[in-house]
Amino acid sequence: MDLVINKKKYSVNVTPEDTLLNVLRNDLDLTGTKYGCGEGSCGACTVLINGVAIRSCITKATSVEGKDITTIEGLAGNGKLHPVQQAFLDVDVFQCSYCASGMVMSTVSLLKKKPEPTEEEIITGMQGNVCRCGTYPRIIRGIHEAVKIQKS
Amino acid sequence: MERKPHEAGFAPEQYELAEMPSYSFTMNRRNFFGILGSGIAITFAAVNSSFGLSADGLPEDQIGAWLHIGEDGAVTIYSGKAEVGQNIRTSLAQVVAEELGVPMEKITMILGDTTLTPYDRGTFGSRSTPYMGPQLRKAAASARELILDLAATEWKTERSLLSINDGNVMNRDTKQAANIGKIVKGKQLVQGVDEKVALKKIDDWKIAGTSVKKVNGESFVTGRHKYVSDMKLPGMLYGKILRAPAYGATLVSADTSSAKKMTGVVVVYDGNFIGVAASDLSTANKALQSIKAEWKFEPQPSRKEIFDHLRKKSTTDDRAKKSGDVSAAFSNAEVRAGQTFNVDYIAHVPLEPRAGVAQWEGGKLTVWTGTQRPFGVQEDLAEVFQMPKQNIRVIQPDTGSGYGGKHTGEAGIEAARLAKEAGKPVKVVWTREEEFTWAYFRPAGVIDVKAGADKNGILTAWEFHNYNSGGSGIETPYEVKNTLIQFHPSDSPLRQGSYRGLAATANNFARESIMDDLAAELKIDPLEFRLKNLSEQRMKDVLEAAAKAFAWGAKPEKDHGFGIACGEEKGSYVAACAEIVFDRNENDVKVLRAAVAFECGGIINPNHLENQIMGSIVQGLGGALFEWIDFKDGKILNPKFSAYRVPRFGDVPKLEIVMLNRKDLAPAGAGETPIIGIAPAVRNAIANATGKRLYTLPLVPQGLEV
Repeated sequence: MDLVINKKKYSVNVTPEDTLLNVLRNDLDLTGTKYGCGEGSCGACTVLINGVAIRSCITKATSVEGKDITTIEGLAGNGKLHPVQQAFLDVDVFQCSYCASGMVMSTVSLLKKKPEPTEEEIITGMQGNVCRCGTYPRIIRGIHEAVKIQKS
Repeated sequence: MERKPHEAGFAPEQYELAEMPSYSFTMNRRNFFGILGSGIAITFAAVNSSFGLSADGLPEDQIGAWLHIGEDGAVTIYSGKAEVGQNIRTSLAQVVAEELGVPMEKITMILGDTTLTPYDRGTFGSRSTPYMGPQLRKAAASARELILDLAATEWKTERSLLSINDGNVMNRDTKQAANIGKIVKGKQLVQGVDEKVALKKIDDWKIAGTSVKKVNGESFVTGRHKYVSDMKLPGMLYGKILRAPAYGATLVSADTSSAKKMTGVVVVYDGNFIGVAASDLSTANKALQSIKAEWKFEPQPSRKEIFDHLRKKSTTDDRAKKSGDVSAAFSNAEVRAGQTFNVDYIAHVPLEPRAGVAQWEGGKLTVWTGTQRPFGVQEDLAEVFQMPKQNIRVIQPDTGSGYGGKHTGEAGIEAARLAKEAGKPVKVVWTREEEFTWAYFRPAGVIDVKAGADKNGILTAWEFHNYNSGGSGIETPYEVKNTLIQFHPSDSPLRQGSYRGLAATANNFARESIMDDLAAELKIDPLEFRLKNLSEQRMKDVLEAAAKAFAWGAKPEKDHGFGIACGEEKGSYVAACAEIVFDRNENDVKVLRAAVAFECGGIINPNHLENQIMGSIVQGLGGALFEWIDFKDGKILNPKFSAYRVPRFGDVPKLEIVMLNRKDLAPAGAGETPIIGIAPAVRNAIANATGKRLYTLPLVPQGLEV
């Protein structure tokens, strides 16, 4: 089966029960996407399918065949960070950073839907992503910063 | 295999400090410079003339560390500390950059590697900043002095004319200048740290004391950083371990024959350890599921009887703190309060579960694992495999958090056992359910408090007993003549251990709740009551700063409440004010805003300090409001994110954080103490709003019935 990840085609051998997360991490060594809970409840494994955030730990690899998959590794281009990555770096958001990939991907998806989200829309949009270090207020600041970067 | 978890019912503080220091330095001078290249090195170890590094007898609180300056001017620091998100990789580098006079980008920190770094007991107890920080400052200052000596000799000039700035030595008069790398070129000098070396005044700091960004931040926002769970070695297998179905269950027998028949599957059945490894995770999972095991169960106390159990099984610690006659003072008190508090087990829930990768090569073992105690794991491995520590290397890459929950190295030990059998590297990553069940918990506890005051609001009696949760923060910061304060160790049915702030959260919660109950009886404002009974100015300062930021003294709206609390632990001070609103239709409590003041001496990195305080408040809100471990018959009933609620975006109140910068005081740690103020502040705010005085942690896991 072929998967299109970060605009690149990968041939993989998968069984029907293989999750996208395991294929990304174990077969393709795209380990920026993290395992956190295995039930779609923490957001660490968030990737984009056709631009929309999904939880790769509860998504079967076979179900995304032929779709446009974007992982954290595919965001930066031409030596330039994605505005969301740059914003999170500028605000110096993270502590342990294990949630970072998922937070970045969820934010990219959120800003696609709502380029200038309100505080409430951010909270609703990001509620499924856990940062156990509790940096939420900084992430929100980072999202506002990303909006600014994207506008300029 | 004999497994050796640290679960023998240690009280958490004893648990943290149980490990005796030992030393295993495998590097001698020749290979040190061989690896790093010529230059100069500063060490803390008591170096003998031959540099054999017989550092046995290193004092217990002496932390070893190396600082090396190479011919290219690069500064490398070796410290056995672990980076788990507290950002010491940045803050410790800052103090070195400051003392040495070099830019941050010239500094590399090598952390948590038992071969490359000197022994360190572990990263816990807010010790990195107050203990490792000053040591590194001294090492850097010693290096600075050595370089100035060398330059003065080489340039045949007055040493007092020289200084180091931005990595260059410069002569103030002649403007002669050279990079420090040039000064150390061709040298192989080793010098012990000069304990009396002059350190820069905190007031004069230019790099330390500023908000330098996380040094390797980009590798995290791009997903490039390899946590242990991300590692992949050539030929590596994926391991899975058979877990007991419940606490107290012992293995009677197991049939592993189907697993053994599976192609490429390695099975280990050794003592009470059963594990499998395969070249892909799903085969390993299938092999594990094919094992038929028979277990013997022992009756286990469940959550509903845990508090009785802990009290019943408790013993009396003879280190009671007594003064005056507390029972007479309590009888004579004009105002009294007495209550029992129950505190549930909670889980750390580090977002990266335990992970270990192990590789054997010619009788030598290398283990990569996310632990706060790499040297402790090395000792565990030495014991488990009955081999000398010198043949074991434990490496701890920056880890997906710990919060006191990763003092152990289970996944590394498990991977090592499987790798030994397989003859190939093996990775073991715990599932979330394993992490929830078989890591260890913050202890549950029971606390009895009896307190009395005179009618002017002066405390006269204070009796405080903590059963099982621990002795941290058990003492009262308030002036009381008659006291009895005692910790009672007990028998925990679940694995328990350190958690950010240890028992200071529980003890502070009980103490600050009773303070509010007394203030209410006395009809004195809770802030005034506290100030009246405090003599410690640093505590008064944080209380007043938090009160000011919160605008304490205003009257809350209907169904809103204000609460205040304070505490001291590990040399730093915190005060918190909180506003809650009670939703009568939903029986729900929401924390709307909090103002928290914190003081930990001189501030090294304001931005990262604020992040630690913020994180502590947010994490503290979980334990305050809704986190608890439910268990029955030895089984954890809520071992997953969907059943164990942790704070999310929507739970965060509006936060105002006030950091008091005491440049006249040495920096103290900041990763723990800010967590202890929020729970009692919220509890007191709930009482203020509803009249309901709560005596449990969590406060409202299922809402509030009024």
